[in-house]
Amino acid sequence: MQGHSTYQPKSGLAKWFESRLPIVGLVHSSAIAYPVPRNLNYFWTFGGILMFMLVAQILTGVVLAMHYTPEATKAFASVEKIMRDVNYGWLLRYLHANGASMFFIAVYIHMFRGMYYGSYKAPREILWILGVLIFLLMMATAFMGYVLPWGQMSFWGATVITNLFSAIPGVGQAVVTWLWGGFSVDNPTLNRFFALHYLLPFMIAGVVALHIWALHHVGQNNPTGVEVKDFRKDTLPFTPYATIKDGFAMICFIAFFAWFVFYIPNYLGHADNYIEANPLVTPSHIVPEWYFLPFYAILRAIPSKLGGVLMMFGAIAVLFILPWLDTSKVRSAKYRPMFKIFFWIFVADAVILGWLGSKPAEEPYITYARIATAWYFIHFLIVIPVLGRIEKTKPLPASIAESVLGPSGGHGFPGGAAASPETKG
Amino acid sequence: MIGPMTLRFEGKTMSLRSLRAVAAAAVIGLGALAGASGALAAGGEGAQEGGAHHTPQPPMQKWTFWGPFGKFDQAQLQRGFKIYKEVCSSCHSLSLVSFRNLMEPGGLGFNEGQARAIASEYEVQDGPNDEGEMFTRKARLSDAFPKAFPNEQAARAANGGAYPPDFSLLAKARTYERGFPWFLWDIVAQYQEQGPDYIHALLTGYEEPPAGAKPAAANLHYNKYFPNHWIAMAKPIQDGQVEYTDGTPTTVDQYGKDAAAFMMWAAEPHLAVRKQTGFVVMIWLLVFGSLVYLVKKRIWAGAKPKAIA
Repeated sequence: MQGHSTYQPKSGLAKWFESRLPIVGLVHSSAIAYPVPRNLNYFWTFGGILMFMLVAQILTGVVLAMHYTPEATKAFASVEKIMRDVNYGWLLRYLHANGASMFFIAVYIHMFRGMYYGSYKAPREILWILGVLIFLLMMATAFMGYVLPWGQMSFWGATVITNLFSAIPGVGQAVVTWLWGGFSVDNPTLNRFFALHYLLPFMIAGVVALHIWALHHVGQNNPTGVEVKDFRKDTLPFTPYATIKDGFAMICFIAFFAWFVFYIPNYLGHADNYIEANPLVTPSHIVPEWYFLPFYAILRAIPSKLGGVLMMFGAIAVLFILPWLDTSKVRSAKYRPMFKIFFWIFVADAVILGWLGSKPAEEPYITYARIATAWYFIHFLIVIPVLGRIEKTKPLPASIAESVLGPSGGHGFPGGAAASPETKG
Repeated sequence: MIGPMTLRFEGKTMSLRSLRAVAAAAVIGLGALAGASGALAAGGEGAQEGGAHHTPQPPMQKWTFWGPFGKFDQAQLQRGFKIYKEVCSSCHSLSLVSFRNLMEPGGLGFNEGQARAIASEYEVQDGPNDEGEMFTRKARLSDAFPKAFPNEQAARAANGGAYPPDFSLLAKARTYERGFPWFLWDIVAQYQEQGPDYIHALLTGYEEPPAGAKPAAANLHYNKYFPNHWIAMAKPIQDGQVEYTDGTPTTVDQYGKDAAAFMMWAAEPHLAVRKQTGFVVMIWLLVFGSLVYLVKKRIWAGAKPKAIA
């Protein structure tokens, strides 16, 4: 489905340039002429929203880094300096802090959309795996970013999470000392976390480039899960159709984002992080940011430390092999009545795990967390492989065009991507 | 996905009428939302009473800085500052606030002369001078409020082992658990005043301990709203202790509100400009979003086969 560039340089300079570096043609083929299935719903706008969030985080982050001091005795005060004395520093910091949450909201919707419509299945396995890799890098970036303000939750969150590596048999404690750069979370830890927090987003950007490359090579999935058969009937050119739709969705998302930034900027944070880090005082509840809560619940559900760590990483590792766990030939949950039910049970399970992650590690929450953790893995390792074999799926439409129009569809379709007047500009 | 559900247009062309409809719908929607959230925020109070053995939730107060149009009440901040100066500052520092902040817009609203006069009431250490000696001088606008104690150890020694927390961020560093479903409702109701509500509750929450309740250590005081109830700070303020010149009642309840409002300002001095900016951003997004939506409808109309049938 890779769109061949229909870009024709007109001026002499453009021709000269294009014959030496065909970058304008590349942009044209991937953001203008690129054929998108005509039946995409608004859940397909989150890729663009995530791209926006990545750029927004990098821009606000770079400016914040100009004012921030990554030193244990000065970090907390430097953040307050940003909040009080830097022009619009409060805006930059609230955008960046809430932006992390918005990034995760968008990525979770994006991932659940992929699961619902079976977007990870052949030929999109690599596309999916690159996505899980981005998710993993995002988690590392967000975790280290939360440490930088050097508040109580920063410090103790870093202590708890880095301590997980002590569960590695034999070398655990040595690894933790190496990670810390000392014998506790302290200035060297803050320094390296800052360096990595600045580095990782650019690695994310690199994997995003691969993610988009793979996407544009195999083409987008769509709500029917039926592959594009006839470009003219089944697809529309990216510009103007997807551009304007993505743009509108992005504005709605930004409005949601702005609601948090301007009206409830501390809603998603922890009050304890407005207290400077103090190694001598442990907060009564050490809780990670909301987007880590399901994984935190899995970690604490297992009685052994090593087991908990393995299960927590396993919860993400299982996503990597999802394309091969799913045995169903049908992609979209629209035509999979049983999978549709189990999908929503899984969503509920993830939400419940998130709620349990915010609760203290005591009964009855531990028992609930064990049940929910078990279901998380049962869903991937048993339900999904078995469903593909026993489920009776509904008949698929013959084509995307037919799903939009009914069986007579496909006649008199204007605006097909291959022959679109909009791109002849 | 707010747009496609609430903003549905039949017309294919952009008309001024439909734009007006969008604007009207949005204003009504926002108004209803704000009204409803206020009502529910007030109604939430009663439902929050915990069991007898738990720490009760602080009662919600009416704050001028709540909500989309919230801003600080200048007179209230000045009263709160007076309380801080005359009562709290003997133990609690305000180290992130500078005297120049007292004259910033959206805050206490002192003029430069008043701020300078306040600063000159304080002594700060400076130096070393040309002889290499540290010296004290009167504070300037650029100085931060001097600390109540030279260090934590001195503070603990003077307070029976307890460390009076710095006030600069306390209104954002204190909260209480809202629980389900209130924590979700708080997003819509824009409830961010857990800190001030807690501070007000704490100041008014000193009472006789229930029969049989014993402190874990000596010199602790019973407070209804303090977690575990036993707090090192004795009841800090009594009715009539701080004089008000504007006729505001000099009760502990009022002192609590004024001190909490002042502490919220100290923690978030740009709150008013944040909310004002937010309103402009929201209106802009609404108008721009509506226009983009109309353009989107129009472009996609061309993709429908009906259009040429």
